[in-house]
Amino acid sequence: MSQKKQSIFAELDEYESDDEFSAWQRNVRLWKETLSEQWGLLTDDGLVVAAMAVLATFASIALFAPYLAPHNPTERLYRNDVLIARWLEPSFLGGEGGYVLGTTAEGYGILSQLIYGARPALIVGIVAAFMTVGIGTMVGLTAGYYGGYVDDFLMRLVDFVYRLPLLPTAHVLVTLLGPGLDSNIFAVVVLQGRTSARVIRSPVFSLRGRSFVKAAKVSGASNWRIISRHIAPNILPMAFLYGAFAIAWAILTEAGVSFLGLGDPESVSWGVMLQNARVYSAMTEGTWWWFMPPGICIALVVISGFLIGRGYEEIVNPELQAGT
Amino acid sequence: MGKTEFFVRRTFQLVVTLWAVATALFMLFRLMPGDPTSYIISPQMTPEVRRRIIDSYGLNDPLWVQYVRYVQNLATFDLGRSFNTNAQVSEVIMTFLPNTLVLMLSAFVIAYIIGITLGVLTGWYRGSRFEKTTVFGALIGRSFPTFWVGIMVVWLFGAQLGLLPLSGMRSMGTNPSGFLDTVLSLDFLYHLIGPASVLAFYYMGYPLLIMRNSMLETLSEDFIEICRAKGLSEGAIMFKHAARNAMLPVLTAAAIAVGYAVGGSVLIETVFGWPGIGREMIRAVLRRDYPVAQGTFLVLALAVVIMNFFADLMYGVLDPRVTYD
Repeated sequence: MSQKKQSIFAELDEYESDDEFSAWQRNVRLWKETLSEQWGLLTDDGLVVAAMAVLATFASIALFAPYLAPHNPTERLYRNDVLIARWLEPSFLGGEGGYVLGTTAEGYGILSQLIYGARPALIVGIVAAFMTVGIGTMVGLTAGYYGGYVDDFLMRLVDFVYRLPLLPTAHVLVTLLGPGLDSNIFAVVVLQGRTSARVIRSPVFSLRGRSFVKAAKVSGASNWRIISRHIAPNILPMAFLYGAFAIAWAILTEAGVSFLGLGDPESVSWGVMLQNARVYSAMTEGTWWWFMPPGICIALVVISGFLIGRGYEEIVNPELQAGT
Repeated sequence: MGKTEFFVRRTFQLVVTLWAVATALFMLFRLMPGDPTSYIISPQMTPEVRRRIIDSYGLNDPLWVQYVRYVQNLATFDLGRSFNTNAQVSEVIMTFLPNTLVLMLSAFVIAYIIGITLGVLTGWYRGSRFEKTTVFGALIGRSFPTFWVGIMVVWLFGAQLGLLPLSGMRSMGTNPSGFLDTVLSLDFLYHLIGPASVLAFYYMGYPLLIMRNSMLETLSEDFIEICRAKGLSEGAIMFKHAARNAMLPVLTAAAIAVGYAVGGSVLIETVFGWPGIGREMIRAVLRRDYPVAQGTFLVLALAVVIMNFFADLMYGVLDPRVTYD
């Protein structure tokens, strides 16, 4: 927030000194300033910081999974040369074998599966968020800035995607493309990109008519320059907002797809764990240590996404801020 | 642009969208991996019989012939027959769709009554602790995967406490004579409580947040000041004047949400073993039963398209300030 202390001529001074830099360096610096200002606003909110901490924790769990997991999540427990017929209870309930959260009915360590399950969740969440934001922003910027036929075409496309029922389409797409993280990501990007594209288009549309954009145009700036320098920084918080929400939706969608049994049954993920728990009717057996932890993990990551998104929402739309 | 022109244009758009969705579906299901006939043809059949069966489903014709036939059939509401059971797809839809509608609509009514009321209150008591906890609670409620909440309910209230049935729509041994007979029984209500309350819990956050934002906007308008000046009571201003004016965005959002919800309850239907249309679609997809999968998916898409159309029209009827341009 250092730029706030600078004199009112700071912009002018900077501009002159910038002549020595290449245009590229100046671009980078301006973007950095915009980002750090928003980062400052965002980290003012305690809940947002907590959400970021939760995401960071899950990210490190995913990263160091091989060191943290006590067992191999895909290795079954064999006893007396036969597969165990029933699960082992968690060690804190007096279960044998030293499995902290016990084993599944198939003899996999639940804690290890839980730790490894952070990987697909975060991969899907983060990749899908970046792609949703990237594609949504580009479509929104292009449609809003160029208007006319370009806008018509892109928005009809978005309208079409809007008319697809969300979950069923995601399920059909994943089945069609074959189970795997990439098809999950694709489905989420197609279906969530629609919102960010439509939402980002309208401020771009109004920014286009503002005087600073007109001034840039008159002074001979190229379309690309106007979009990247003058318009994009203004819609950035909005793009991040939808990015944060996309993390949440992506993880929920992936979990739902796996839960329905459309995912890869061999993979280890929170959704697959829940599906297995249901298939082996863990609910009626009362083995809560099997199906409770994955749901809590999903919820924690998703809440973090929503909270960070809300933090950005308050930057985008200060009216929403609770309390005065 | 007048009202009639607006209506005609929207209807035209509706038809085009439906055609686009149907075409996309046709292509999607033809691209799917796996041989649909492998489920109906047993290995003991001679190649001759096998060929005749495939022929009888028209799967040997060129793709465009299949497409033309598909569009023709759709135009006459003929959705074909299931590859598996040979039942009419329209019959399959008529069996499963009402189950989903009953579940979803009852959840919707509960969710919107509670959600709108809480939205009015949070908007009114802005900045209070009540507002903060409610909004935060709504956020949390939407963060838990619905199916996981369903699992918890089945475990806690079904298996542990024995208060709710574990799955299904009616108890074993009851043999209702028809859909109405099923729905109007106490046994059905008993089975409905679990899935409907989980769904309602999930739907609630959306009207709450919209209503709150809309209330904040309405409360800043002049007529609220006038109501105050007239000396009306808090409750009267809140519910009679502010809430009624703030309702419009919630109503249109609700119309659109109903459209999406028809297909959106598939996870809950799976958890609670509810014989709904979303669950049937997933099962059809998994067994490569194209006609059923296509037909059920079309119904889900139709719900979204029609409810969007309906929401558009509703704006004009409910808000006279709306101009059609």
